Amino acid sequence: MTFINYASREINCKIVYYGPGLCGKTTNLQHIFDATAPQARGKLISLATETDRTLFFDFMPLELGTVRGFKTRFHLYTVPGQVFYDASRKLILKGVDGVVFVADSQEERMDANVESLYNLEENLRAQGYDLMKLPYVLQLNKRDLPNVIPVEELKEELYRKGEPVVEAVASVGTGVFDTLKAVAKQVLTELRKG
Amino acid sequence: MPDTPILLREERYHQIKAVLARLRMDSGARVVFLVDKDGQQIAVQGDVGNLDTTSLASLVAGNVAATEGMAQLIGEKEFPTLSHEGEKESIHISVIGRLLLVVVFDEKSSLGLVKLRSKQISRQLSTLFDEIVRDGCEDVDSPFAEITEEDIDSLFS
Repeated sequence: MTFINYASREINCKIVYYGPGLCGKTTNLQHIFDATAPQARGKLISLATETDRTLFFDFMPLELGTVRGFKTRFHLYTVPGQVFYDASRKLILKGVDGVVFVADSQEERMDANVESLYNLEENLRAQGYDLMKLPYVLQLNKRDLPNVIPVEELKEELYRKGEPVVEAVASVGTGVFDTLKAVAKQVLTELRKG
Repeated sequence: MPDTPILLREERYHQIKAVLARLRMDSGARVVFLVDKDGQQIAVQGDVGNLDTTSLASLVAGNVAATEGMAQLIGEKEFPTLSHEGEKESIHISVIGRLLLVVVFDEKSSLGLVKLRSKQISRQLSTLFDEIVRDGCEDVDSPFAEITEEDIDSLFS
């Protein structure tokens, strides 16, 4: 839910990175954190287990710049990908303005992608949202690995509504900012509609 | 979409700040702030210093959401207040509809006093927030109605 503060002249929007376990959601945020000037971003908060698996969420506020005299702040969240954390995933979707689905391109993760995307649609519905009406980007991650499924095949299974599709290798930053830009653009365009 | 966007006008912002300032004084708290349930910080009052209020707002919302989930599992709608007491600094959170009132205090105050004062102003904050929501529903010229592709692209250049 966008929050417009006329007193401090700020717009705050919430973007959630969704996807199956180990697909690279936290890696996306980590790259944005590492590649952004400290004055443009806040701390990267990671509520993770001792083995660095996301337990509740990762959070990072990012300031992109000024539009029409208003500072644009994006609050970036990830969800825990593991199946049994579904209750947490539902909570994090509350008030979302845009979603990035991070798919793992490896052949053996195809079923996990499909299951997670279905889970996203379900959980959005439970919060009163419709994926078809929400700013949304599909990121095909881990394109550098040897056992990846061709892009066209992945799209056949995961493509939903003409959303932007970004090929990525989040571990080295490829496609990370293109993904963020694609979703942020849609969120800001929604603001134009009022 | 289920939630109305929050559109906080200058006048309302200062009204909220005034209420928070009074609560801070009456309860002897270090910092008082108001967050919405999605983790967006609405206003803050007090000695913020190095306190990262943006991260705190997001964690407070996550904390309340998680305990609300627990409440529902045992048949409660929500837990209306949450307190975390540390060695020196403590936090008290009150759930007021879509708002979370967060009070950070130290040994100069006490949990009982913070609870009492928070409760006393919750109705006032709730009324103010209803007005803010109504403001958001009014037909006003959005500053973003004229936003262009170039404006958006310029953010990423």
